[in-house]
Amino acid sequence: MLNEIKYFFKTFLLIELLQGMAVTWRHMWAPKITIQYPDERTPQSPRFRGLHALRRYPSGEERCIACKLCEAVCPAMAITIESAERDDGTRRTTRYDIDLTKCIFCGFCEEACPVDAIVETRIFDYHGEKRGDLYYTKDMLLAVGDKHAAQIAQDKADDAPYR
Amino acid sequence: MPVVTIDDKQIEVAAGSTVMDAAREAGIYIPHFCYHKKLSIAASCRMCLVEVDKVAKPLPACATPVTEGMVVRSHSERAVEAQKGVMEFLLINHPLDCPVCDQGGDCLLQDIAMGYGGVASRYAEPKRVVTEKDLGPLVATDMTRCIHCSRCVRFGQEIAGLMELGMPGRGEHTEVMPFLAHQVTSELSGNVIDLCPVGALTSKPFRFNARPWELSRRRTVGPHDGLGANLAIHVKGNRVYRATPVDNEAVNECWLADRDRYSYEAINSDERLLTAMVKDGGQWLAVDWRQALAQAAGALKVIRDTHGGNAVGFIASPRQTVEELHLFQKLARALGCENIDSRIDRADFAGQRDGVEWLGMPVADLNGLDRVLLVGSTVRKEQPLIAQRLRQAVKQGAQLNVVHVADDDLLCRVANKLIARPSGLVEALAQVAKAVGAEVEGLGTVVVSEAAQALAASLKSGEKKAVLLGAVAQQHPAAAELHSLAQAIARATGATLGFLADAANQVGAGAVGCRPGQGGSNAAAMFAEPKKAYVILGAEPELEAWDAARAHDALAAAELVIVMSPFLGHGSDYAHVMLPIAAYAETAGSYVSMEGRLQSFNAVVPPQGEARPAWKVLRVLGNQFDLAGFGQDSVGQVLAEALPEGEATVRARLGNGIAGVAVAHLHAGAGIERLGETPIYQLDAYTRRAPALQATADGQAGQAAAASGVLIARLGLAEDKPVKVRHNGAETVLKLVRDDTLPDNVVRVAGSLAAASRLGPRYGEISLEKM
Repeated sequence: MLNEIKYFFKTFLLIELLQGMAVTWRHMWAPKITIQYPDERTPQSPRFRGLHALRRYPSGEERCIACKLCEAVCPAMAITIESAERDDGTRRTTRYDIDLTKCIFCGFCEEACPVDAIVETRIFDYHGEKRGDLYYTKDMLLAVGDKHAAQIAQDKADDAPYR
Repeated sequence: MPVVTIDDKQIEVAAGSTVMDAAREAGIYIPHFCYHKKLSIAASCRMCLVEVDKVAKPLPACATPVTEGMVVRSHSERAVEAQKGVMEFLLINHPLDCPVCDQGGDCLLQDIAMGYGGVASRYAEPKRVVTEKDLGPLVATDMTRCIHCSRCVRFGQEIAGLMELGMPGRGEHTEVMPFLAHQVTSELSGNVIDLCPVGALTSKPFRFNARPWELSRRRTVGPHDGLGANLAIHVKGNRVYRATPVDNEAVNECWLADRDRYSYEAINSDERLLTAMVKDGGQWLAVDWRQALAQAAGALKVIRDTHGGNAVGFIASPRQTVEELHLFQKLARALGCENIDSRIDRADFAGQRDGVEWLGMPVADLNGLDRVLLVGSTVRKEQPLIAQRLRQAVKQGAQLNVVHVADDDLLCRVANKLIARPSGLVEALAQVAKAVGAEVEGLGTVVVSEAAQALAASLKSGEKKAVLLGAVAQQHPAAAELHSLAQAIARATGATLGFLADAANQVGAGAVGCRPGQGGSNAAAMFAEPKKAYVILGAEPELEAWDAARAHDALAAAELVIVMSPFLGHGSDYAHVMLPIAAYAETAGSYVSMEGRLQSFNAVVPPQGEARPAWKVLRVLGNQFDLAGFGQDSVGQVLAEALPEGEATVRARLGNGIAGVAVAHLHAGAGIERLGETPIYQLDAYTRRAPALQATADGQAGQAAAASGVLIARLGLAEDKPVKVRHNGAETVLKLVRDDTLPDNVVRVAGSLAAASRLGPRYGEISLEKM
């Protein structure tokens, strides 16, 4: 009985329409959350796991010592390392490749690294036009590390108290 | 026999065994570093501390003998506390940088630290640093990592026979080091890498190349000497990275000679033949298999049809597998050719032999011999692990007697020795034969020396005896006479006659009939009376043949030479067709060791480039001639055809008897003569192409001419300077080094040496001239 009366009034008072318009009205005046990517960017955690980079020491010496722990821990088998003795007798990689099409960005490589050489940066918007473009070699990874050295160092420092 | 209780397990063990032995028998693991089953007890690491009832303090399991009713707890709270304490002490001075260490993942200390080590180090003080030591081109050092277990030191003293590493200093100042300015030159030196429980001693050629978890271990058999050492080849991505021993008490125990360990370098050598090649108008053309095989078969057919089957010579390396050698001789015989041989470094083929020469007993029985007569064997360099077994026998009281052409140091007590110049070797052995009263004709003029008398007296006593003929005796120009004299001595003294096979499949080659048939020529005759065509499998006659110069000339003059080889080598000088075959780890097959043991193995990596296993190449060559019986699909089928009952067939074909040889070469020459034995690292195509082996002291020494100081002074020459060597009308320049183990008037100019390949036969008159 009561439902029939309610239904009778709803048929001509357009209450739902006004409720919907109220939501629209409210959002018209609320602050906007849309980000104008790529002109604007969302904030990122210092632990963000994006594109990989190989780091250097301030002296310019590469950090990686070819221990191959990242290669061993990688669940997607995306890392390929070959190592040899460098002329100065140190253990170094002769090849350090990450196939980003295999990579699942779990961050285990970064966790496994005893010298903080391989890191995942904040960069997520890289692309490739061919499959091979996402196969990053040692030089490319070092270049990423060089370019973002300051940011990576800052992120590491920010995260250090929690480790 | 005492009954002991270890961790609530009661076992009965032999009297005099230690708690460690008892625990191993019971299958209980006690952590340890310095203990090793083949070495003496040091009890220096203290890792194996266990709790023993009624004893106030924990005792080291490796050095505590068991007593009746002993109750041992290896995993009780007190025992584990003691072990953890020791672990913490061991880690105080050990660098905690496993990621850069080459032993990482392969390390006993790392493994045991996982079980007994702390979470973090309490030690904040500076750590000990030890300067690096140069141990030569095979063993890399990281001496700071050493935990002073002294395994490497004990290995040198007890197994290798020469203490090349010592441990001077006390406490924190203890360092493992070689003697001043010396390197480790033992032919067994690589074993310290396996023995070292930490990363202090590692392999230099392998250094930093791969991690153990990336490598798959695949078993194969050593391709060099006739021992047939069992080894594991470590492979990653179809590339061979290293070789390590596989325990086999009956063959190599847990050791490996350096050449078995490091010759894998040759597999990855730049000199590999990667495509089939044919010579067209003096130019080498890389062609596909179809064309190469058609050309080889076509040209061979022309020669056979015009000159007959016996115009061809078939020469194989005794380091090819049983299957390959079987198909090789089968192909030759199907083409009507009986000139088949694998003994290219032999000179004397006289006499009727009643089988294939072999050791005459199992290798393991060498340890239990009472009397040994070693004839013409530089045994340490020819057979590093046989020398080790003889050394153990001598330690247990055996008398080792030597008749040889050089007085080299066997690193153990030698009871009696007769050192003669090469041309006097027959006479020296004849003295022994006469002294033991052997039945040999024509020894009337031989004067028996006092040394020969003493040697004979030694041979007449004792129970288990052996007369062993080494490579120098087998390559000797009067090898058959030496063989027949040795046989007579063995018969007169009740000893076993044995041959130390210097090639992995020397016995197998004989067993499958890779020998000249009725009317066929042997290897030496094939080069002395050149053939129209040659088919060569794996061998490098221009270096390895008894008369390398003559072999090279015969090959260069031939109308057709088909070379099947894993390496480019000098084959391109004389060959017309070169077919790339798989190297030793790349082919499945079998070897028959010197004791008649048939060991089959699989390929561990695929052949490089276009190379194919030689048995497949030979099968297809057979098909090219439309021959029956070349349709095998697997090595198993070929083996079943070659040796129908496997090892039993081999045994039926063995025999060391010889008849029909008159002893005639009883007078030593007068002039300066050459000793052309094969140096340890010039043994075969693989060792010659292993850079690390060539860089060793043995590798370098093999490249030089050697003479005694007396001879050098008499000829007015200078040591360590180049000298002109003249032999058989040819000359070459070699470095002259001093070697006082050589008799007067003997110059060692090694065979199988590229620099000396023009010099002619391995033995004979030679002259040295100042440059």
